[in-house]
Order: sequence, then structure tokens, then C-alpha cells
Amino acid sequence: MIHARALEKRYDDKRILRGVTFDVAADGFLLVTGPNGAGKTTLLRLCAGLAAPTRGELDVSVDRGRLGFLGHEPLVYRELTALENLDLYGRLYRVSERRERSGMLLERFGLWDARHARAGSFSRGMLQRLALCRVLLHEPSVLLLDEPYSGLDDEGVKLLDRELAERVTRSAFVVATHEPERLEQFASARLALA
Amino acid sequence: MTYFSDVGALARKDLLLELRARDTLPAMLLFVVSTLVVFHFVLPSESSDLAATGLLWVALLFTALLGLSRSFAAEREQGVIDGLVLAPSDRSAIWLGKALSILAFLGLAEVIALPAFALFFRPISAALVGGVVLADLGIAAVGTLLAAMATASRARELLLPLLFLPLAIPIVVGGVGASVSGEPGRYLGLLGLYDALFAIICWASFEYVVTE
Amino acid sequence: MAAAIALIFFYAPVDQDGLNQKIFYFHVPIAFTAYACFGWGGWKALRHLWKGDEGADLESYVAIHLGVIFGLLTLVTGSIWARFRWGHWWEWKEDQLVLFLVLFLFYCAYFMLRYSLPAGPQRANLSAVYALFGVALIPVSVLAIRLSQRFIHPVAFNEHGTNMAASQFFTFCVALVAMLALAATMYTVELAGKRLDVHLRELREALQ
Repeated sequence: MIHARALEKRYDDKRILRGVTFDVAADGFLLVTGPNGAGKTTLLRLCAGLAAPTRGELDVSVDRGRLGFLGHEPLVYRELTALENLDLYGRLYRVSERRERSGMLLERFGLWDARHARAGSFSRGMLQRLALCRVLLHEPSVLLLDEPYSGLDDEGVKLLDRELAERVTRSAFVVATHEPERLEQFASARLALA
Repeated sequence: MTYFSDVGALARKDLLLELRARDTLPAMLLFVVSTLVVFHFVLPSESSDLAATGLLWVALLFTALLGLSRSFAAEREQGVIDGLVLAPSDRSAIWLGKALSILAFLGLAEVIALPAFALFFRPISAALVGGVVLADLGIAAVGTLLAAMATASRARELLLPLLFLPLAIPIVVGGVGASVSGEPGRYLGLLGLYDALFAIICWASFEYVVTE
Repeated sequence: MAAAIALIFFYAPVDQDGLNQKIFYFHVPIAFTAYACFGWGGWKALRHLWKGDEGADLESYVAIHLGVIFGLLTLVTGSIWARFRWGHWWEWKEDQLVLFLVLFLFYCAYFMLRYSLPAGPQRANLSAVYALFGVALIPVSVLAIRLSQRFIHPVAFNEHGTNMAASQFFTFCVALVAMLALAATMYTVELAGKRLDVHLRELREALQ
């Protein structure tokens, strides 16, 4: 699904990534670790297509509609409600039965009661859950998750674990984290960035 | 057809955002009326009525800049532009949806501004209104793309007017010409040409403005 | 290269039709050269966006940089010409001058755009798109300025005769070729210099 050879990414004069090589199969789970500033976020953004590598080869063999990206920002509009946000993304991603799917996801992540509340009124944890709903809405076959547990309370962590466990065999994952212990159980490969 | 449904969804989103936040449109309305009032004090007694018409176009242009500078604010502040760019929809739909919403704001501002102008200065002609409509199309098309460009830089509030004003010169010429000259047709034609040419360029190149 | 510069100083004494005319032999070729630079910059911008040519961004930037220099010279020589012809340093009735003023402003904004962004693919893309806007702006501005003269200066004003005697035409062509050669030289030199900078930077990084 994803093939990377000698990836390099430079911003201005700073080199963020160098000589990164890995492969992720259709049911693979790549765990990306490293300290802050090592380039985990940059790597995920490259895989998502939000940035272009300075050097090296990167081949992501799915098109945008099958890709799910969770970054540091939840990527939702604060002035829109949870449901409106999911409706917008549902349209853009051509999700069939988007109302039903949005509702179902909101419920699975415990946000059903807050569905008509503006995302701006959400706590950090709720925003993260909403972001997860957004990511899973279109049933992506490749999931790129940057620190997916950040901001989640115990309840949220349990919900995310459940989702990951369900999907881990059906989709390819690239997950960046600086707490790899939680995700060790799923990982089929590891990449440590300096 | 999904393209237009995408555009519709995005434009609806922008209008909804403005309805909730209510910051850009009231500012534009107040700005344009205030500017017209300022112009009253700026024109000495022997100035022609036509000078006032020229100033109307200045007011419209700067009101548009005000609206445009806010146009990508939500996407920028929350990084949501990434979310839109990642979607499988055509990137140019982002441009078109946003441009349509800007067009709506401009239109609403002008619904107030033009009668105010007629009240304060001189009656307006059908050719002037036609000029305004065509000019709005050009301003929305080019302005939206440039606003997206400007958000990428640190100096975004400064950059947008600098990028936009040289490109706005043909629009102003067309608009003022349509308003004051004896043969408005030529000027409306200029505006039409500008709109068609630049809309195509914007549509084709927006992809490159939001991706690396 | 040096030959081109020699040519410029060589032909100048050839024509003695008065200072007014002499400036003309600088002004118009410089203007043409500026157009050529902007056009070349636009072409390279297109190559960058469309084909992803390596280095096209740099070439586009250098071409436009040169175009701005020649554009500034156009304005200066045009201003001198206006001084000799009409007695003041600026003349809105001269379509060519007004056009260059607009283009000059546009391409200065290009530099503001470029300087406000960190180096990278995004800067290259945005610069290229803006450069293409510039190319499209040229014909539209020509039309707009001509039309604007109708309501700004309604009295028809067209003394700019283009019928030249054979010797004048020849001198003009020589001047044009010389200017283009000068521009090509400056382009090559500046491009080489910039490429060297890029290589140096890459080497420095490789050593990191």
C-alpha cells in the first residue's frame, strides 16, 4: 500500500527527514516513534499527500478518498456543529448514507448527545473524538494517525482501542506516537526516527 | 455533477459560518457606508459628480478587500484547509465554493452601498449596476485565489492588497468606464473578458495554490 | 556578452536626430526586452506547474527579476523621453508608460510574495501561479489602459508615429538585438550565480 525509499524532507534549510525507508502492506500497522521534532508529523503529512518529499520515492497506492488522516488539529470547523462537520466531510468524501454513518460514529464515540453543539464548545477530548469520527467516516483503507490518544480521557482511550482492534486487520495503519507501549499489541512493523 | 454538489456544500458551509460568526458581513457594510461618508468630505465643491462615481469604485474595491482578507480565516486558524485538500473532491471546488460565498457577501454589501451612494451623491445608471455585477465576478474569482495565496505567508494582511491591486486595475477601469462613459458597452465587454480569462486561470491553477 | 554591450555604445553615435529620438532607441528595446523577460518567466512558471521541471522555478524567478529591472529602466527612459517631449517627468497619456507602471507594481508584488514565504515547493508553486497571472494581465491591461484614456483624456492623442526611415529602423533593430543580448547575458550570469548558491547550500547540508 505504501512504499517509501530514502525519503527526505527539508523545510527551508532544516532537514526534517532523511533516508527513511519502509513498506506498509494492506493490513500492516507501522508504528512510528521518536522524540519531539524527529519528523513523525512530517512523515505522516508526506504519506497523506499534504507535503511533497524533497528527495526519495514515496508511493501511496490508494487515492485520496480511501485515505484517512488524523493530525494534530482536529480539522473541524468550530462554528459548525458536530453533525454539520461530519455532513460536510461526508459529502466531500461521497459517503453513502452519510447521515446514518455520522450518527453511528458519533454514538460509538459517545458524542451523540453533543451532536447539535458547536464544535467550538467541545473540550479537547471531545474534539479528538470528533476528529476520529471524521477520520473513520468514509471507511478508509489507509489510516494515518498522529498521536491519536492525545487529549483523550480513559473513556476515550477505551473507545479508540476498540476501534483500532476492529479495524487493524482490514486497513493499513501508520501511527505516530511517543507512547508506543499502548500500540505495541497492534504493530506489525516499527520505525524509529532520530 | 458531484463537482457542483461539492461546490454547493462548500459554499453553503461558508455562508453558514458567516451566519454563525457574523463578523465579516457587518464589517463590510459598515465600512462601505463609512467610506462613502468620508468621500463626501473629500470632494471639494467644484468636483464633478463623476469624481464621486470614481470614488464609489474605490469604496467597493476596498470593501471587497476587507471581506477577502477574512475569507480563509476559519480554514487558516484551525488548519481546516488540510481537511478540504485531503478530500477526494477537486481542489478547484474549494476555490469556486469560496468565491461564490464572497460574491454573495459583495452583493449584499452593494445592496446597501449603491442606494446609499444614490442618496448621498448622484443617481446610478443601469450600466453602473451592470458594471458592478461583472466587476464582482472578477473580484470574487481573483480575490479568492489571492486570499488563499496570502494565507500561506506570514505577512498575509499586508500581502493580499499588494497582490490584488494591480490585478484590480482593469476591473476598476471597466467599472468606472461603464458608469461614466457614453458607451458603456466597451467597458462591460472589458469586464466580461477579464472575468472569463481570469476565472479560467483561477480555476485551473487553484490546485497548485493549496498543494505542494 | 561584452560584444553586446559594445554594440550598444557603438550605435548610439550613429543617430543624431536629437536627444528625443535617441532615448527612443533605448526606451522601446528596453520595453520589448522587459516583455520578453516576463514572457520567459511566465513560460518557465508554466513548465514548473505543468511538467514539474526541476529548476524551472529558479529560472522563472531570475527572468522576472530581470524583467523588473528592465521595466524600471523602461519607466526611467520613458520618463526622460516624456521630459523632452512634453516638458514634464510623467505623462498619463502615454499608454506604454502607464502599462509599465502597472506591470512594475504587479511584479514588485511578486517579489513581496516570494520574500514572505520560506523556500520550498509551496513558494515555487505560488510564485509560478502569480507569474502566470502576470502574463494574462499584460494584454488585459493594454486594453484597459487604452479604454481608460477615453474617459480620462477624451481628446484623441496619437502622435506616436511608427513610420521610420530605413536607417532608423536598422538602428532600432540593432538596439533591440543588443538589448535582448544584454538581457540574455544578465540572465545567464544571474542564473549561474543562483544555481551556485543552491549547490553550495546542498553541499553544506550533505555535510551536516
